[in-house]
Amino acid sequence: MKPLVRANDFVVKFANVNGSGSASANRLFAQAIIRMGVPATPRNIFPSNIQGLPTWYEVRISQAGYLGARAGTDLMVAMNPQTWDKDIAGIVPGGYLFYDGTRPLPASKFRDDITVLSLPLTAICNAEYSDPRQRQLFKNIVYLGALSALLDIDPAVVEQLLAEQFKAKEKLIAPNVHAFRLGRAHAEKSLPCPIGLTVRRCDKVGESVFLEGNSAAALGAVYGGATACAWYPITPSTSLAEGFQRWCARFRTDPETKEKRYAIVQAEDELASIGMVIGAGWNGARAFTATSGPGISLMQEFLGLAYFAEIPAVIFDVQRAGPSTGMPTRTQQCDVLACAYASHGDTKHVLLFPEDPRECFEFGATAFDLADRLQTPVFVLLDLDIGMNERLVAPLAWDDSKRMDRGKVMTAEMLESGRDFGRYLDVDGDGIPWRTWPGTHPTRGSFFTRGTSRDRYARYTEEGDAYHDNMERLLKKFATARTLVPAPVRRDAAAGSRLGVIYYGSTAPAMDEALALLAAQDVALDALRIRAFPFHPDVKRFVQEHDRVFVVEQNRDAQLRSLLVVEEEIDPARLVRVLHYDGSPITASFIAEEIAAHARVTPLRRAQSHAVQPQGH
Amino acid sequence: MTYLPKPKLHHPDLPKNELGLTRRDYEGTISTLCAGCGHDSISAAIIHACYNLSLPPHRIAKLSGIGCSSKTPTYFLGAAHGFNSVHGRMPSVLTGAHLANRDLIYLGVSGDGDSASIGLGQFAHALRRGVNMTYIVENNGVYGLTKGQFSATADRGALNKRGTANGDNAIDMVGLALQLGATFVARSFSGDKVQLVPLIEAALTHQGPAFIDCLSPCVTFNNHAGSTKSFDYVRAHNEAVNFLDIITGREPITHEQEPGTVKLVEQHDGTVLRLRKLDTDYDPTDRAAAIDYLAHRQQAGEIVTGLLYVDSDPTDLHGHLGTARAPLNRFDDAALIPGAAALSRINASLR
Repeated sequence: MKPLVRANDFVVKFANVNGSGSASANRLFAQAIIRMGVPATPRNIFPSNIQGLPTWYEVRISQAGYLGARAGTDLMVAMNPQTWDKDIAGIVPGGYLFYDGTRPLPASKFRDDITVLSLPLTAICNAEYSDPRQRQLFKNIVYLGALSALLDIDPAVVEQLLAEQFKAKEKLIAPNVHAFRLGRAHAEKSLPCPIGLTVRRCDKVGESVFLEGNSAAALGAVYGGATACAWYPITPSTSLAEGFQRWCARFRTDPETKEKRYAIVQAEDELASIGMVIGAGWNGARAFTATSGPGISLMQEFLGLAYFAEIPAVIFDVQRAGPSTGMPTRTQQCDVLACAYASHGDTKHVLLFPEDPRECFEFGATAFDLADRLQTPVFVLLDLDIGMNERLVAPLAWDDSKRMDRGKVMTAEMLESGRDFGRYLDVDGDGIPWRTWPGTHPTRGSFFTRGTSRDRYARYTEEGDAYHDNMERLLKKFATARTLVPAPVRRDAAAGSRLGVIYYGSTAPAMDEALALLAAQDVALDALRIRAFPFHPDVKRFVQEHDRVFVVEQNRDAQLRSLLVVEEEIDPARLVRVLHYDGSPITASFIAEEIAAHARVTPLRRAQSHAVQPQGH
Repeated sequence: MTYLPKPKLHHPDLPKNELGLTRRDYEGTISTLCAGCGHDSISAAIIHACYNLSLPPHRIAKLSGIGCSSKTPTYFLGAAHGFNSVHGRMPSVLTGAHLANRDLIYLGVSGDGDSASIGLGQFAHALRRGVNMTYIVENNGVYGLTKGQFSATADRGALNKRGTANGDNAIDMVGLALQLGATFVARSFSGDKVQLVPLIEAALTHQGPAFIDCLSPCVTFNNHAGSTKSFDYVRAHNEAVNFLDIITGREPITHEQEPGTVKLVEQHDGTVLRLRKLDTDYDPTDRAAAIDYLAHRQQAGEIVTGLLYVDSDPTDLHGHLGTARAPLNRFDDAALIPGAAALSRINASLR
């Protein structure tokens, strides 16, 4: 088998033991490649555990800018004996293996169709360091040095990154640089450097920034004017609330008085989290919670209250594989229906589907305007893949002329002027009533908020007509939401196509690449990326314009497809499921293979038109 | 329960408080609870207390959960915003509301089902967080709206209306509140307005988590022989440890009692609580002693009422969080949004 020869287009996977300090060395590896101008996308694959279990860090290097996951490993850095066999099996034919060769392994542990490279990393570190913790930590930097030689990564870039990383602890710079050089020197001395996989400087990164979706969404909440956050720790959303804390410490703390223009409460559970968010929203603050599927399940009753009593709330749901505890550290898009119809009774909620950290930031801010404008809960559906992984995206942008849209809030002056105030009165014809914040006016504008039915003036009633009137107005408000939420993004094939594909959220980078793969096979598709529910009118139009539309999702039950069928009354036969739900991020090759297989079948409309052709024609 | 609407016109001679408001200005809509319900007496006591303190009604936020007690906020302070939330979850809604605007007065009204059964967790956590609020549990030991099931505060051995004994131990909400760090803890009885009104006034002026467990007999489902939450039973076993006068800074202290029988507690806002001791050994500023005393009196079958514990210098959630003095819901774009220049610095740090 001929060894792979590729520049700027390969996948490196690190197999580590979690808690061993490998994460920061691996991150440096990805950053170094990005600093060389080559797009790189890392993905953490980790267990629900703190120390001792296998963890992987996969870096896809792609000069073409494909940021989705790709199956197969071109270079395996096997540092975990526990997962050795599986790791070796995952290397593509012609690929490379790099491992710690301190202890010899029998030939049966290797494959003959890969290139095997080893350095005695443990022996090197044991000779160099006496402290056991240092031996462990520096081993990671030593292999980083070796990899820099093997892949022809500019050592100056890595050394610069080390200097930046330890800027605050300057005395750590020199020992880290030393360990890095040590590994590099050993590799240069005893291994055939560089191997067939190389990193070459290019200029495909530009102004892009590298950050996690959770951190970006938290920053979005800061820019969206959120002041109250109530949350309960749950993977993979925890870093969102913690990110908000960090950004607020920086931007919302008075430098002199130390007063905080925000409040964060770690609640006792998700019920209390959403309760606090609703209390704060009712009282005029912008408030949010961050959670994952199990939290959404617990919040159901409160979400119905917020829908029915019309209280703004923002919920960041960083989805993970369900049901139940499921796979807490694996990604899925499996809460779409649970969020869209959260709570008992007739409910519908606004959902936003960011594709990457940049949209996490953008929608993180927009969600608060929508929640205030529509006076209802707004869900931002991230998933673990974009939430907990750093991604290279266009720089975050903000328009300083933008102002918070606080929606229809009646002020003391408006009440004083004698304007009619009915909390559930549709005066503007858009289904959105006016509200007042508690404490506004001594004698006007007070009302009683309740989850029970009431009339347009918020007076308790069990009259069927008043109940019906209110429920119909809520539908009208939901129709208004269609025009306010982010519109879908459409991208047509060069010559158009009778085939379409709908996708959303973290599937986007894999889809971009899949479209290119399919185009190379002469399968042309028009593509529509849905960014919100309720669906923009363009969504139905798109489906109507195509014979068949593939709906690509990362869940078992085709949840978005169900929403399309139910809410847009689309014939299910036109919507073909493409479903990936094993907990790993969807890949371009998976999508392309599924679609190519279906696309070869006779298109539906042609089949139908054949069937209805008159006899003897 | 009365179906007669209250006349809107007020009698011109009705006394007015410092805001020029009469008692009627603190009322709400007509109660739909059963005639004679203890909860209506508590609503009346709340009206009385707010009137006495000259609180602007619209600066009070009244929140409740679900149940008979939680319906009552409609029946007082009609000019205030109210929030009838979900069963057992009023404490979290109140906490969130308080985060948004620390300048309002927060009154949480709940019941024993709402706070001791379904909502025990939220009750506990709101107190341990130190939310600055007045939290009144209208405690009747029974579910009224679902017709007479025991709640978690019903005493073991108490009989329900059908004569079946309760087999579970009772949750003592006062004991919990003391243990969880409430800085004002009282117990009272809806049938004792003279005791209850000053306790509510003191709680409303207290700048920390204030809890009042108010026994409030259910005349329909829990007022029979064998009940330990009936009017007769509570009257027979009520042992008040003190009697409270609340003195706002504006009034001089006029009546001096004989030494040793009066304890003055000055609260942070300047109000003075004057406690006329009925039990001379009882010190309401000693939390551990209060817990011990109450446990012993409970064993003896007494229902101890009065101001059981007060911390004259309480702290609250906003103090712990270091929140700005101004309400969070008042900050504008300039105060909250870092802007494009800050964002480009963030971008630069992410390359």
